[in-house]
Amino acid sequence: MTAPRRSPAAAGAVLLLALAGALLLSLLSGSVPLEAGAVFRALAGEGDPSVVTIVRELRLPRALLAALVGGALALSGAALQALLQNPLADPFLLGVSGGAACGTLVGSLLGLTASSLLGRATLPLAAFLGALATVLLVGLGASVRGRLDRGRLLLSGVVVNALASAVLLFLLSWGDGARTQGFVFWMLGSLAGATGGAVATLAVYAALGLAALLPLASAFDALSLGEETAFTLGVPVETVKRTAYLAASLLAAAAVSVSGIIGFVGLLVPHGVRFVVRSHRALLLLSFAGGAVLLVLADTAARTLFAPAEVAVGAVTALLGAPAFLLLMRRRA
Amino acid sequence: MRLQEVSAGYGSRDVLHGVSLAPPPGTVVALLGENGAGKTTLLKVFAGLLKARAGTVALGGRPLDAVPRREAARRIGYLPQGFEPLFPMRALDAVLLGRMPRRARFASPGPGDVAAARSALEELDAAEHAETDLREMSGGERQRVLLARVLAGEPEAMLLDEPTASLDPRHRLVVLTALRRRAAAGATVLFSTHELEFAAGADRAVFLAGGRVLAEGTVRETFTAPLLSKLFGVPARVVPLPDGTPLVSLGRVVE
Repeated sequence: MTAPRRSPAAAGAVLLLALAGALLLSLLSGSVPLEAGAVFRALAGEGDPSVVTIVRELRLPRALLAALVGGALALSGAALQALLQNPLADPFLLGVSGGAACGTLVGSLLGLTASSLLGRATLPLAAFLGALATVLLVGLGASVRGRLDRGRLLLSGVVVNALASAVLLFLLSWGDGARTQGFVFWMLGSLAGATGGAVATLAVYAALGLAALLPLASAFDALSLGEETAFTLGVPVETVKRTAYLAASLLAAAAVSVSGIIGFVGLLVPHGVRFVVRSHRALLLLSFAGGAVLLVLADTAARTLFAPAEVAVGAVTALLGAPAFLLLMRRRA
Repeated sequence: MRLQEVSAGYGSRDVLHGVSLAPPPGTVVALLGENGAGKTTLLKVFAGLLKARAGTVALGGRPLDAVPRREAARRIGYLPQGFEPLFPMRALDAVLLGRMPRRARFASPGPGDVAAARSALEELDAAEHAETDLREMSGGERQRVLLARVLAGEPEAMLLDEPTASLDPRHRLVVLTALRRRAAAGATVLFSTHELEFAAGADRAVFLAGGRVLAEGTVRETFTAPLLSKLFGVPARVVPLPDGTPLVSLGRVVE
């Protein structure tokens, strides 16, 4: 069998069209179903004021936030897989998301709130600190004589994830009842709190992550031949890994800080994209677009399937992702 | 390329003890020794992958540490032992990575790179696999593709860790021919192997035992029954072929 060969540009165009379609679908669907014409008028600020409010202030920020969170998580997963040389790496499975959630919660308890610009801008940083702490722990747990053991990595991630959950539960029982309930829903992964401010904040962090990772694309290509080969090809392996780790953690942390723990996007999307493209430059870009499409659709499903009740979008992605993980593991065995 | 009194190892254990070695340019050198004798360690020290604890490693008269990484990458090609790909990768793309140190940092491969990659695949009888995924090849096919990656970089020194471990006799000869051609063009080729017939096709041989050089010289000088018997700890018999190439039989007691 020959390797797939389709042009990355064509795949990118398809994904962008799919993203536009998913965003439109997301604007149309909800407890008040709208027609495309009404949605476009409302986007322009015309027509029924209540529809304008629904579209511009509720559905649009939520759809855009879903796109950015999905993109950031998928990009983070693609980078983690490349730098760890592990096709099963994912920010959720490696405990990065759990650590970021702890960081966010600590930040909130310390008084950082998403309602102020300062809080919005700094909550992702609190999440980032939490993520870095777990990355260090996972790395420590998976190191054998100073070298990262790939086999132990996921196991270590599972354990650190459990630790992060425990810390989260302790922190939650501290807070008052009403706030706790909100946090629990957020923790399960939800985009219900989407605002224009959150969209803007995440857009900045996603751009930062993308800008840090894209220049590493050819180094990632070389790393797929193994670290030793990459080193002898002139790749500054340690610098590349450190930068990628920081960027992947920042992306996942920023996503978690606005939307809680949404798992498996970082695992599923890069794998899907690998069927179509091979170079990491294309993989990173298309993973971002693919993650955006997946999460916009998943979130639309989460809020419409059982409307007016809403499912946590993290449950939707886990429902898709967990079986996919098992399949991937079987294929590797 | 020169090692002087080099000691190196992993953790607290030294594998190489005061090894001095300078493979002459334009020659193919075989590195022989038992498992754990230090063949891979020696290649890694030459490649800069492992720091020497004592002694000096030099490239073109300069200490290897002082040579910028990208320049070193251009001048030294390294083939590690047994690599299992985890991600999909087309053979041609793997070979093109060998051209990476020759391109500007963020540039895509140009037509010159593709031509060099295809010609390296051709040279190792792997052109037909150019579009194949590395994970879908046999071990021997993949080994030739990965060696083509080193050839495509046109390095002046090649360090190859068991480049023919899973090759059939015909392809072993294909590889030897390609290496000899590179040496004839001025490159230094140093490879480790357990294949004595393949090693006998080199110009020179280095015998490594217990992390020390047991013998070093031309194949005809070193491929003697007493030395080979000492190196591998088994009875050895050497019969010169009509052209003078030594034919070795190991492990069989011949009366």
